Amino acid sequence: MRTSRTAHAALAMTAVAALILGAAGCGSGSGKSDNGGQSPGGQSSVKLPDLHGQHLELAAVWTGPEQQNMEKVLAEFEKRTGAKVTFTPTGDSESTFLGTKIEGGQPPDVALLAQPGVLDQFAQKGWIKPVGAGVQAQLTANYSQGWQKLGAYNGKQYGVPFKAANKSLIWYNTAAFQAAGVSVPKTWADFLKTAQTISDSGVPPVSVGGADGWPLTDWFENVYLSQEGPQKYDQLAQHRIKWTDPSVKDALTTLAQLFGKDQLLAGGHKGALQTDFPKSVAQTFTGNPPGAAMVYEGDFVAGFITSDTKAKIGTDAKVFPYPAVGGGKPPVTVGADIAVALKDTKGAQALLTFLATPDAARIWAQQGGFLSPDKSLDLSVYPDDVTRGIAKALIDAGDDFRFDMSDQAPAAFGGTKGEGEWKDLQDFLANPGDVAGAQKALEADAAKAYGNG
Amino acid sequence: MRTRFWVAALFLLPALVLLGALVVYPIGYSIVRSLYDARGSGFVGVRNYGTVFSDPGTLTAIKNNAVWVVVAPSITTALGLIFAVLTERVRWGTAFKLVVFMPMAISMLAAGIIFRLVYEQDPNRGVANAAIAGVHDVFSPSSVYPGARPRPGADLSPSAGGSYTTRSTARAGTPALLPLVGIPETNLPSTAQQAAAPRGGGSGVTGTVWLDFRPGGGGRPGVIDPGEKGLKGVTVQAVRGGRVVASARTAADGTFTLPATAAGARLRLPASNFAAGYGGVDWLGPTLVTPSIIGAYVWMWAGFAMVLIAAGLAGVPRELLEAARVDGAGEWQIFRRITVPLLAPVLVVVLVTLMINVLKIFDLVYIIAPGATQNNAMVLALKLYLTSFGGGDDQGVGSAISVLLLLLVLPVMVFNIRRIRRERRR
Repeated sequence: MRTSRTAHAALAMTAVAALILGAAGCGSGSGKSDNGGQSPGGQSSVKLPDLHGQHLELAAVWTGPEQQNMEKVLAEFEKRTGAKVTFTPTGDSESTFLGTKIEGGQPPDVALLAQPGVLDQFAQKGWIKPVGAGVQAQLTANYSQGWQKLGAYNGKQYGVPFKAANKSLIWYNTAAFQAAGVSVPKTWADFLKTAQTISDSGVPPVSVGGADGWPLTDWFENVYLSQEGPQKYDQLAQHRIKWTDPSVKDALTTLAQLFGKDQLLAGGHKGALQTDFPKSVAQTFTGNPPGAAMVYEGDFVAGFITSDTKAKIGTDAKVFPYPAVGGGKPPVTVGADIAVALKDTKGAQALLTFLATPDAARIWAQQGGFLSPDKSLDLSVYPDDVTRGIAKALIDAGDDFRFDMSDQAPAAFGGTKGEGEWKDLQDFLANPGDVAGAQKALEADAAKAYGNG
Repeated sequence: MRTRFWVAALFLLPALVLLGALVVYPIGYSIVRSLYDARGSGFVGVRNYGTVFSDPGTLTAIKNNAVWVVVAPSITTALGLIFAVLTERVRWGTAFKLVVFMPMAISMLAAGIIFRLVYEQDPNRGVANAAIAGVHDVFSPSSVYPGARPRPGADLSPSAGGSYTTRSTARAGTPALLPLVGIPETNLPSTAQQAAAPRGGGSGVTGTVWLDFRPGGGGRPGVIDPGEKGLKGVTVQAVRGGRVVASARTAADGTFTLPATAAGARLRLPASNFAAGYGGVDWLGPTLVTPSIIGAYVWMWAGFAMVLIAAGLAGVPRELLEAARVDGAGEWQIFRRITVPLLAPVLVVVLVTLMINVLKIFDLVYIIAPGATQNNAMVLALKLYLTSFGGGDDQGVGSAISVLLLLLVLPVMVFNIRRIRRERRR
């Protein structure tokens, strides 16, 4: 016991010393910090406090190029405030990583959460701090109500939706479309007809990455959102209606029009079950004739096209919005990384304020592989037409977009390989005739995971 | 006496502390934890055990574990025995042993990834299916136009065995149009010509088989448009009363001519025209996934068994074998009556070690089994992990599974310890 107390004392001493040194550094550096707060372009749209000598930590799931781009954003923040920010990648199980950090008393200052469910859970436990007036001002100025709400819990604003994903896109091989003489479909019925024509031309029309469960949940969510509307979508997301509901039956029946026809799927439904997501993208843009003409998934498909195939986005590979199903609007489902403060400090708030400005979004947007829900960000900063189009669809959706349903669900239902919704929809893909059986399995798993029968 | 006790205790203390902290305490805590709910605060008694035994997923895991424990160690030991006995006789035995033992140097994770690729469905990617498809194609070569099918609305309808037959009967003088779709333009032979309407006249039955899809679209269904290619080499049969009365092959422009006897018969395009290439075996499908993973395990561990058994074999007295040979025993008799009984203790060691090893099998299953069939391949250790940390986040039930696993390993352990004791006494 005694030794540990001594250790604590020693730690405290070190901390004090560091603080004094930090303050000294701050004093000496304050002379130049006045112009340090200005970016070279002089286009700063927000006043940030002077944070010389402060050290901030930001945690997010990103690695590789995404981490590098985020570090560019942080570098700008460092330049404007004088603070030092370290980026900590959390690995795949972000909530576990953050949970252990918090319980160990060493939380990062700011974290980017990919799931609103985790945000709710953290807010409930008091692990995250509400945003200050400065952040709120930026949010009100730059974000629509719907996007702000993603970062709120019980009416209190906690987070800034920094990075968005548009998950309602169908990527297509332009050569395959040309050979079949078809154009981009606007409705589900058109989509099926287009697919049939492409199949007649000898190219498998649709590539589905069924070996991974999550693309299937996204397929379902888009059909459901468009066909049944946002209200039902919200109810199902919160499990206020059961998966045995007639609306789910309708959506699955619609989906079976595609999944149930082997001519329309690359490799038939059996082949689709063996295709993992990266392969589903790669086969669509490889070979002549290609392995498939269309592949559905979010904006991140672009990254897979560039790294795994020789196709060029904008010429060989293009994108169209998910078609409207059954008279509904075209669906827009999204994902978002929401920045939250885990410490109630000036530095954390300043970083959130900065992330809420178009200045921060612009830095990454110019690099590509990034969409911002910030409506005041000029669309011209995106590097190419395809990305610009995707971003425009996202902003144009206004507040009609919905967050990915499986990401809102408990992980046991919506986020685990071989379990819950992933597994049940894989079984549905294996046997698309059995809508009732799929509904029953989904409801049984949902009841278990949500714990509200 | 007292001091001796204290000295002994002092010397034992480090070991006891380590064992206590690293083995006894975790076991004890797991048992306690298994009596609490998911959050760890509410006491639920044995309800977690009820959940374990009522969950069909866990029952599959128990069943699969049983299959693993019976099958994997016995096959591995048998293979190890065969390899050990054979390599004793071979000149390059050591080199052979080295190769067989090599997989032991690879981690389970790497072996899992390797076999995930080996079992890949697509014969162009998975080695197992590539071999099978290769053999298959030797005996039944693939067709000219795999995947082709009649244009919907055409006169052709599907008939037995993947063939297509016309609904109407053929007449001399009226050319039969047989439109097909679903073939990529690029897959046609370079000699393919513009499809032509057959010349009428003559007493024979004529017709055209062509790709009814104009590149770039705009073709009319069922009509030979400019730009639509004839399909060369398609077999067309005339069938009357279930018997083939005549047969012809299409020319480069898709036309064919059947003798006059074909009039009044139905035209059939046999399945041999369209049969898709052999897709290979569904290794990681629901039925084969566990045997496939056991295969990967055997690949890894056969070397281990072989080395131990070979060591035991070196200890078998040569005189016994010589004596048997002199007495006129055959090699098989020597193997069965002398080598195996003498090796029995070693075989038991190998078998028991592998059994313990197999009971806790986790990595291979976790990595090789794809999401769709993970539940079919489920084993207890994987279920334990998934329930506790992989989404379920119920460490109560997870602990209950771990206690169950402990109970399953215990008898094997007890057997092992007893055997070692008996051996020491000897």
